[in-house]
Amino acid sequence: MRLEDAAKLLHGTFLCGENQKETEIDRAYAADLLSDVLALTEERTTLITGTISPQVVKVADILNVIAIIFVRGKRPAPNLIEYARCLGIPLVFTEKTMFETCGLLYTQGVKPCKNRPVCRLK
Amino acid sequence: MQEQAGLPPEMSDRLVYRVTAGDVESGGNVSAAVKSELKIRGLPEKIARRAGIVVFEGEMNLILYANEGGTVQVDVLPNAVDIRIEDNGPGIEDVEQALTPGYSTAPEWALELGFGAGMGLVNMRNQCDRFEIQSRPGEGTWIHCVIERGRDAAE
Repeated sequence: MRLEDAAKLLHGTFLCGENQKETEIDRAYAADLLSDVLALTEERTTLITGTISPQVVKVADILNVIAIIFVRGKRPAPNLIEYARCLGIPLVFTEKTMFETCGLLYTQGVKPCKNRPVCRLK
Repeated sequence: MQEQAGLPPEMSDRLVYRVTAGDVESGGNVSAAVKSELKIRGLPEKIARRAGIVVFEGEMNLILYANEGGTVQVDVLPNAVDIRIEDNGPGIEDVEQALTPGYSTAPEWALELGFGAGMGLVNMRNQCDRFEIQSRPGEGTWIHCVIERGRDAAE
């Protein structure tokens, strides 16, 4: 689905990167702890998180994440939004919980990352 | 605030960064710089991404746990990216336990910032073709990660 449609579905708003609203999102990963994100996120994933520390955008950049959806009404600081804008990573903000966000996107065909702990952790 | 020490990148294929303990705000700056430097040098995106993950976990460990911070050294070799992360303590009591997925000693404040999943060292090991760790309580921790350039380049 398109990022714009995801934002509408979540009653969300773009914090930046609305010019990338046509971006297709086909897989997502949801977590608050960044090392979990680093462990299991694939290329071109949409990140769903309630963490708004500056490192969220840095991690997204390292992983080539295509968009971040901030859930539970967690609104990142203006400098984080500006940093994401500079990196070209669109940010969407929603009041919905992580569970609701994942559920709504899943029903629209957004799939999980294929990486699994059992495959990666030896 | 991280500052770059040693030879500047344009004079060497060794990148050296100093990471300051407790400077959470700057966390991720070194990994972003390393990823960028590797891409400038023409390394494949996948190699730069793997190195970025290793360095991010390493620098956050230095910021969150090391008494006085530490250093991140990256050598861009013809066939590999060689990453060394060192500090002078406090050291890890039980390295095997620290390598157990989910094991964390992070304080509550770190969890609220998104750290302390207990996956840091595990992530580093998973991204490397060679991973070594030595630690001695009271002395420090030394981590050596090698990412071979050929493996992902062929994918």
